[in-house]
Amino acid sequence: MADLAAKPNQTSPLPPSWPDDVYRILKDAGVRQVGMVPDAGHSRLIRAFEADPATRVVTLTTEEEGVAMLAGAWLGGQRGVLLLQSSGVGNCINMLSLPAICHMPLLMIVTMRGDWGEFNPWQIPMGQGTQAVLEAMGVIVTRADEPDLVAQTVWGAANLAFNTWRPAAVLIGQRVLGAKNFKELARK
Amino acid sequence: MTNPNALLHRRDVVNELLRDRGDLLVIAGLGAPNWDVSAAGDNPNNFPLWGAMGAASMMGLGLALAQPKRKVLVVTGDGEMLMSLGALATIAVEQPPNLTIAVLDNERFGETGMQKTHTAAGVDLAAMAVAAGIRTSRIVKSAEQVTEIRDLAHQGKGPVFAQVKISPEALVFVLPPADGGILTTRFRQSVLGDEALYN
Repeated sequence: MADLAAKPNQTSPLPPSWPDDVYRILKDAGVRQVGMVPDAGHSRLIRAFEADPATRVVTLTTEEEGVAMLAGAWLGGQRGVLLLQSSGVGNCINMLSLPAICHMPLLMIVTMRGDWGEFNPWQIPMGQGTQAVLEAMGVIVTRADEPDLVAQTVWGAANLAFNTWRPAAVLIGQRVLGAKNFKELARK
Repeated sequence: MTNPNALLHRRDVVNELLRDRGDLLVIAGLGAPNWDVSAAGDNPNNFPLWGAMGAASMMGLGLALAQPKRKVLVVTGDGEMLMSLGALATIAVEQPPNLTIAVLDNERFGETGMQKTHTAAGVDLAAMAVAAGIRTSRIVKSAEQVTEIRDLAHQGKGPVFAQVKISPEALVFVLPPADGGILTTRFRQSVLGDEALYN
């Protein structure tokens, strides 16, 4: 019987390079404010922005704060990005009215839970609902399920958001991030 | 002789906060604070919200960070502020000196039938702001205190938080433009110049 806890994509010998590519793309796009509720999948990108004195990284208590903050940033002439986990998308629903009705750009980079390889059943409802919720609120959604596709997907979404003044989200799948399994960490 | 215990009137408060406003930037929370700010005079440097309850103070933060040389005043209601209490913590951590939040506290959800909010039961928003780390925080009950908040907002010695106790009066609506695209474009054009129209 195959061990389902074994992990094809869980421990890679080299750190992934796509966060560095995403950082450069966001810098080229003129991002100055980063709102985030942390996720492990965003940690390398967050460290890059925290080391960058030209960027303000704001930790939020809930993701919807970031939607409002970046609307204010846009009013003041700055571009930003919201980094969040898929579970945080649900917290943003009504606040997404703001960029939709005001023709404001909003770039969201969402690391997925509750899809490929998920071990925690509690992550499934919001993870499976993430894309539908975003699209219901008028957000243009693109997905990246291979590491090589993340950078170009973010580039495309950033251009959509900032050139057409719309909310756009990139969903980075768990195939890219590696599935967690807390059961391996638990006492046997 | 005026009664020292009389509650302030919301439009008097807003008129004083916006007196000689100069290039002050104003975010108004949805509902009555929007109508109050608009009653004081529609202005391209106002961003009056018609929805997105809970957005006002965090919009103020994003704007204050983007425009550090300008002063930003958020005027909102107690119900709107109660919906985004976490924002007080986020703003306290960021410590924007050019941001003032004035909550017009009538202890009611005014747009929906004047139901009581938690402040009617004594929830102390000003103390919550202090506990979060916004050191300049007041419960405001007099015209003199309103003037102090007005001056602090214009001086940029923030972040400043004020919970202004006001009379639960229902006043005639004074409506700004409702189109979010118009509000956004005129605000950006005013703040950033005509270049905003081309980007």
